Amino acid sequence: MQPVIATATRPASRFWLVAAFGTALVAAGLWAAHYMEVEGHIVTGMNNHVVWGLPHVFAIFLIVAASGVLNVASVGSVFGKKLYKARAPLSGLLCLAMLAGGLMVLMLDLGRPDRLIVAATHYNFTSMFALNVFLYSGMAAIVGIYLWTLMERRMNRYSKPAGVAAFIWRLVLTTGTGSIFGFLVARQAYGSAMLAPMFVIMSFAWGLAVFLLTQAAVYAWNGMTVPAQASRRMSRLLGVFVAATLYMVAMHHLTNLYFARQVEFERFILLDGGVYPLLFWIGYVAIGSVAPLVLVYAGDATNPRNAALAAALVVAGAFCALYVFIIGGQAFPLELFPDALTRSTFYDGQVAPYAPSLPELLLGIGGVAAAFLLTVVGVHVLDFLPRDPDAEPASASATG
Amino acid sequence: MSCSDRPDPMQSRQAERPDANPSRRAMLAAGTAALAGVLLAPGVHLIEVAGAEVAARPAGEPASSKVRWGMLIDTTRCATDCNACVKACNAENGLSGGTLPTDSQWIRKVEIRHRETGRTSSAPVMCQHCANPPCVDVCPTGASFKRADGIVLVDRHICIGCRYCVMACPYKARSFVHEPLTTQKPEVPRGKGTVEGCTMCVHRVDRGEQPACAESCPEQAILFGDLNDPESAISRRIREIATTRIREDLRLDTGVRYHGI
Amino acid sequence: MPGMVPTRWLAAIAAALCAAAFAGAAPAAEPAGRVAKPSISVDRSTQCIDSPEVMRRTHMDMLRHQRDRTVRQGIRGEKVSLNGCIDCHAGPGAGAAAGSAVGSPDAFCETCHRYAAVKLDCFECHQPRPGGAQPARAQADGQSQGRAARAAQAFLAAPATVPGNAPGSGPGAAGAQR
Repeated sequence: MQPVIATATRPASRFWLVAAFGTALVAAGLWAAHYMEVEGHIVTGMNNHVVWGLPHVFAIFLIVAASGVLNVASVGSVFGKKLYKARAPLSGLLCLAMLAGGLMVLMLDLGRPDRLIVAATHYNFTSMFALNVFLYSGMAAIVGIYLWTLMERRMNRYSKPAGVAAFIWRLVLTTGTGSIFGFLVARQAYGSAMLAPMFVIMSFAWGLAVFLLTQAAVYAWNGMTVPAQASRRMSRLLGVFVAATLYMVAMHHLTNLYFARQVEFERFILLDGGVYPLLFWIGYVAIGSVAPLVLVYAGDATNPRNAALAAALVVAGAFCALYVFIIGGQAFPLELFPDALTRSTFYDGQVAPYAPSLPELLLGIGGVAAAFLLTVVGVHVLDFLPRDPDAEPASASATG
Repeated sequence: MSCSDRPDPMQSRQAERPDANPSRRAMLAAGTAALAGVLLAPGVHLIEVAGAEVAARPAGEPASSKVRWGMLIDTTRCATDCNACVKACNAENGLSGGTLPTDSQWIRKVEIRHRETGRTSSAPVMCQHCANPPCVDVCPTGASFKRADGIVLVDRHICIGCRYCVMACPYKARSFVHEPLTTQKPEVPRGKGTVEGCTMCVHRVDRGEQPACAESCPEQAILFGDLNDPESAISRRIREIATTRIREDLRLDTGVRYHGI
Repeated sequence: MPGMVPTRWLAAIAAALCAAAFAGAAPAAEPAGRVAKPSISVDRSTQCIDSPEVMRRTHMDMLRHQRDRTVRQGIRGEKVSLNGCIDCHAGPGAGAAAGSAVGSPDAFCETCHRYAAVKLDCFECHQPRPGGAQPARAQADGQSQGRAARAAQAFLAAPATVPGNAPGSGPGAAGAQR
């Protein structure tokens, strides 16, 4: 039976409205980047003590989720699950879109974004950033080829090797993203071998969450319903990944608590660091992990609304976790003299101040909007919608 | 060419040395000065006699790994309310001297109070010029680099301002320039969007002078010299007294040592 | 009677173009006023390190090569030096260009670079004025450092708190919050 392609029935005006909205947000992000470049980073909340701020939270979320969203396709191509195979093209598109959005934010936040050519021509390969130039561009190329094998019927027989290549590549890429922090010996928040696998597991959870949200939106706008089985299986899988992430984070903190030299840092993050424990416990643990687990396992997982809600909560929790990890990790002072209290004019021994500013927020949102815009245009123009063989025809009920 | 025959103020401060015949000492001093003058390569650079064992590098000669520049900071001579070294660094390098979170600080005085003993001390902390610098490992373009003679620098021509080195430095030695600058010193270029830090006054060292902090200290607590020369004042001193390095456990092999912390 | 192809119009335009091409191709016999040139003010009392023709074409390569020799290899005192350029070309003898290498339409680097529309990156970091200028915030330096010293005294004099006390913004938060 020929699967139904539903793009034709959606009113075109809705597409233009959505695209205009996305474009406006991207423009705001680009304006913010320009403002930061011309005036200098003094217009942001970042300073010499917290050098990576809100834009990095957005960028790292987008990049980690980009790698993870390809999981949906991998489960289809590599592990042969038909339900996921139908969703592979959309997952590939989302991967490319979010990678683009995340890299856009990262590169525009540089102190000298005009020197991208320098970054592309001078390499110090002991630096994770230099390796990332190849990992990220390689990812884009591999996913592009993978999409081609999925969507060009004559290339379909190559989709499995392409899927395997994409799967392996993105594991390496996400390992690299975690190692950006894992290789830093200086700060108590980082410098752990656990960070690379932790980021890999986080990518599974956050990528699937983004996919579920996108799927819900795309289906709703096209008057389709997510099949009940799809909803249940994917949201249960999300539950597994969320639990695994929680396990990794718990182990990381628990291990730190065993090291006397790390106890003060853990107390800061988990107990008396002000905004950081709040975001960690309420934002990441309660809202971002426990609540979705309850929704998915105790609630009705076949209801696509529950799946989308759980996914949204996971994404919110992800931002909270990254804020605590990236910014909290910098706010806690470096320990120059482990057996002493210190004071100086350079925030030695003191928690560093940081407050997000509007340009940073606009830049981060601009990156998300860029990913959003690319996805919207892609779904409108090409055949990315999941082709479930037993899906209801497009012109029927418009629930979701 | 040995520079150890010039008078060393560190030695003259120590009362332990037996006092030689005053007239013989005067003759020795005059003779040494004359010898030093004769030995100097005429014409190109002057060598600072006061306290330094640093020779200016001849024009056209690159920095060499035969030399390793380092500093010894005697914190028993550091007073809490003295920051002459900080002021001198700011003046020499054109820094604003401000202490807002976004202001660049290449050197700062750290006040230390040991938890259990209650003992207090004060120390200037700047880039430690490690032999295994984490900032060099993480720089994507190679802008953060270690010069052959051990001075760790930022090549701001290729710095893209990613701040990864600021994240990686255990001493928080690097600062990021947050706003456009117009009052740079001609010998110390610095600009918005790039990262910077203590250069051990490389423009002075190459001329045969000492870093501004070392020269300006009223207690001469900062001793600058060549760690690879076993007869230099700094090498001799670190053989004599107990010295330590900040975060020695990280095994970064810093070029800056401290006594008294 | 007008045909499908406006032949006479086409012929007229072609002729005008040819005339213009020939006129323009006439050797640069000092077109006094035809082609604007940047007016460059130069100190004629000294010699540049090379001839103007060579400098015009290769100064950017000279500087780019020299910067690595100076910064990365630590080679000093060679022929090429940006400060050397500035001291002469923006020095007191440079007439209208004196004072700064950029910043006014007569400034030496600016005249040609504006003309050729090539963006200058050097002076984001390098000081364009010969001899530099005084730091603007010397006043702020004194006040903030004084505050910091008093805060440090208070920190050291305070009774020893419980070991393992998490660092908070206790007495001595010297830096102002943004």
